[in-house]
Amino acid sequence: MTPPLPDGVERHDFDGETSLATRGHPEYGEATDGEWRRWNPHRSKLGAMLALGMDTGLDGGETTLYLGAAAGTTVSHVADFGGPTYAVEFAPRPTRDLLDVAERRPNLFPLLKDARKPETYAHVVEPVDVVVQDVATRGQARVAALNNQFLTADGRLLAAIKARSEDVTADPEAVFDGVLSELEDDFEMLETEQLDPYHEDHLGVVARPLEQ
Amino acid sequence: MTEDTGGWFADLYPDDEAAAAERISDGRADAPADWPRRAVDAGFAADTDEYYERLHAATTTATEAAVTERERADDQQLVHAVRAMADCERTANELAERVAEWGGSRYGESGSGVAYAREVAARTDDEGADRALRSLAERVVDVAEQADDLRGYIERTAPAAAPNLSMLAGPVLAARLVSLAGGLEPLAKKPSGTVQVLGAEDALFAHLRGGAPSPKHGIIFTHEYVSGTRREERGSAARALAGKLTIAARVDHYSGDRRPELQRDLNERIERIRSRGGDDR
Repeated sequence: MTPPLPDGVERHDFDGETSLATRGHPEYGEATDGEWRRWNPHRSKLGAMLALGMDTGLDGGETTLYLGAAAGTTVSHVADFGGPTYAVEFAPRPTRDLLDVAERRPNLFPLLKDARKPETYAHVVEPVDVVVQDVATRGQARVAALNNQFLTADGRLLAAIKARSEDVTADPEAVFDGVLSELEDDFEMLETEQLDPYHEDHLGVVARPLEQ
Repeated sequence: MTEDTGGWFADLYPDDEAAAAERISDGRADAPADWPRRAVDAGFAADTDEYYERLHAATTTATEAAVTERERADDQQLVHAVRAMADCERTANELAERVAEWGGSRYGESGSGVAYAREVAARTDDEGADRALRSLAERVVDVAEQADDLRGYIERTAPAAAPNLSMLAGPVLAARLVSLAGGLEPLAKKPSGTVQVLGAEDALFAHLRGGAPSPKHGIIFTHEYVSGTRREERGSAARALAGKLTIAARVDHYSGDRRPELQRDLNERIERIRSRGGDDR
């Protein structure tokens, strides 16, 4: 059975195609239906996780730390249905676009920081209900472990693991196994699912912190 | 590592936005805490709504400033550094020729280049002309060392400013391409055919005026994938390399992602080009 969508996320009809949608200012040329705008799962890994029916545990209104916000495509939707949303991105150029997205969303706080150095934003980010991770860097399990400190005891890690960021030449399945076993040092895996057809060689992960 | 500076709002006046932005950028904490509640308790904000309002203003201001600084730091510093390196190399070589000519007249040796200037700088002859020549040779060595230092700076910083381009081209060629285009953004906006002949403008205009053949490669000739490919296939190799470099520059400029698969794709293309017998395309 498909878990219910979080409050603030609905399925709407766009040009004859049913798709997820949130309410907010359009940001990347997405289709709109009144005040609802399409959340395109092809452009968003979290969108793909929801579209595939993964049980993210999201109800709406969560305090969120988003790692790897890039130009803000996904995080704009997260801020539409979520609570205070901290968006960490390391590359300056996409952060320019992220700033525009944040300008229109009072609950979205952009931070030009390195997700591998949480001590540089722990003085700003409060403990959160959800960490969303979409960082295209080697050592994705380590990034999750480093940022585990931000999660409340019953919080959720929602990660999109990109096989090619770890090792371009290795078989994605083998890469996923490696990353998952590393994640298991700090997290209990609740659900994993490959994100195709929306994103090739990506694994969606829902996990919660192990009790300390 | 710097010390824990507490919450970003600690000891700030609520309306001092500049100081708040600076704290967002430079502050540190060992662990997160319930900052909204602490800020309200400390009187920084009347309630959490006001706290989030102030946080929004401070994070957007700080991030805007940090982005501007990083962008300026990135590609334009690289452009200056690579141009300075080229100037130093050219000047050192030019003056080294002068040293060689002068040295030949006094010591009868026929060395050349910076290596010879190094020898002259180490001599101990002590007539007036020897001293003058030695001093000049020392300057040559200094300028050559300056060029090496600048190369080191480029090798350290290019991978941060243009990670994918530096991965494919090597940091120095990456910096030269950025410099020839005038920045990473103009480079990202150029078609691959232009990137292929960047640095070969003289040959290109001779071709456009008529008569001369079209140049197959500009500065990218220095890449082993072009210079190390046999002559008949060099045009194809240059086109393949320029194509991937163009994609890399665009990814670096527009997204900042790292795409290790670009390297693999390029390796495969070049291998195919080098292995083909002749006319199969």
